[in-house]
Amino acid sequence: VTATLASPESGTTPFVVELDHFSGPLDLLLTLIREEQVEIADIPIARICEQFLLRIHSLGLGEAAEYLEMAAGLLRIKVQMLLPRRGDEEEWDDPRAELVRRLLEYQQMREVVDILQHRGDERRDRFARGYLPQPAAAPQAPLTLSLPALLAAVDRVLRLAREPALHEVIARALDVEGAIATILSVLSLRSHAQWRDIVAADAAPWQVLSALLALLELARRNELRVAQPHPFANVEIMRDVASEAA
Amino acid sequence: VTSLAKLLEAALFASGRPLPTTELAALEPDASPAELAMALDELRGHYDSEGHGVELVELGGGWQILTRPEYTETIERAQLAARPARLSGAALETLAIVAYRQPIGRAEIEEIRGVAVGGMLRTLLERGLIDVVGRGEGLGRPLLYGTTAIFLEQFALRHLGELPRADELAVALRPQQSAT
Repeated sequence: VTATLASPESGTTPFVVELDHFSGPLDLLLTLIREEQVEIADIPIARICEQFLLRIHSLGLGEAAEYLEMAAGLLRIKVQMLLPRRGDEEEWDDPRAELVRRLLEYQQMREVVDILQHRGDERRDRFARGYLPQPAAAPQAPLTLSLPALLAAVDRVLRLAREPALHEVIARALDVEGAIATILSVLSLRSHAQWRDIVAADAAPWQVLSALLALLELARRNELRVAQPHPFANVEIMRDVASEAA
Repeated sequence: VTSLAKLLEAALFASGRPLPTTELAALEPDASPAELAMALDELRGHYDSEGHGVELVELGGGWQILTRPEYTETIERAQLAARPARLSGAALETLAIVAYRQPIGRAEIEEIRGVAVGGMLRTLLERGLIDVVGRGEGLGRPLLYGTTAIFLEQFALRHLGELPRADELAVALRPQQSAT
């Protein structure tokens, strides 16, 4: 039996009770109905109600709101059943009807739980690729290690930490404004263009980057539209007719 | 083994997640759906008949190469891989309700289960089994939950349609058997 105080944002009921055997009052009720070997559709409410109260008392659930609510509901139905019935049998609304409906619904759901449990267990027994192993826990002290093994480990670490590969980064100014002018002049002549129309085949990286940024900037300003019909296809650059018209 | 089957095997091996047929088809645009199905069949048959430690399984909306269950214990004992923790009965109840009634809000789940499910929903969200799929119409526009692809994968379902339809469930319509 575990009872935990859930954190405040978790919901309206701060006290959560979870039993090893019962996942809620409906589960307990269903178990009692099975134990008593009675029909859900015709529950001997007085007997089941008594059993329910006994059980939540013995399980120490007397303070769990959800079980108390169910107990109160059962008592109310019990009282309603004792009231004299007026008129025909047909006009009588069975006070147990709502409880029966909920129990059937719950029982149906439990059947799905069994299916999920079964399938989940079957899947759990198979490993897929791509499993990421948990980081290994540090070995317990005292360490038993031979000197050569220790030296080999030190060597491995040192080799990893050797010469960092340095790369000198030289800032080169990008010419986004120039690229924007180029793209706009191309699009002023034709409504459709492709990437290779705005960047020369032998363009330097800074020119390619400038063109890319210019393209994105123009697309953001809605001055053109960029489309790629499928992966790795040529990027199509189109004059935005809508913005032109406006 | 045909070259298409080999290509599929390589792709399935490289991918950590189930690959749907559409993604497999994109590997070889010339192959017809029938050829693709045949190649998958061939690969599965190859694993089954030639004595492999892995098998080809269709679930979670796609195909996946999985180890055979008879080796699970040994692999887990050697700490090469670990099975995910089993879900509690209460978690499975919540999940079952979401699976059938999605999109569904917290209040409706609590109505069916008869207990508060806020903490349980958070656990299922953290494990990626459910996700917020929208907001309801009612007061405060409650969050609505639905199941995810991870749910399908972890419960070896190809799609939600593999769960029995509500009217196919045995106990729903008949009274409880008296002797159990």
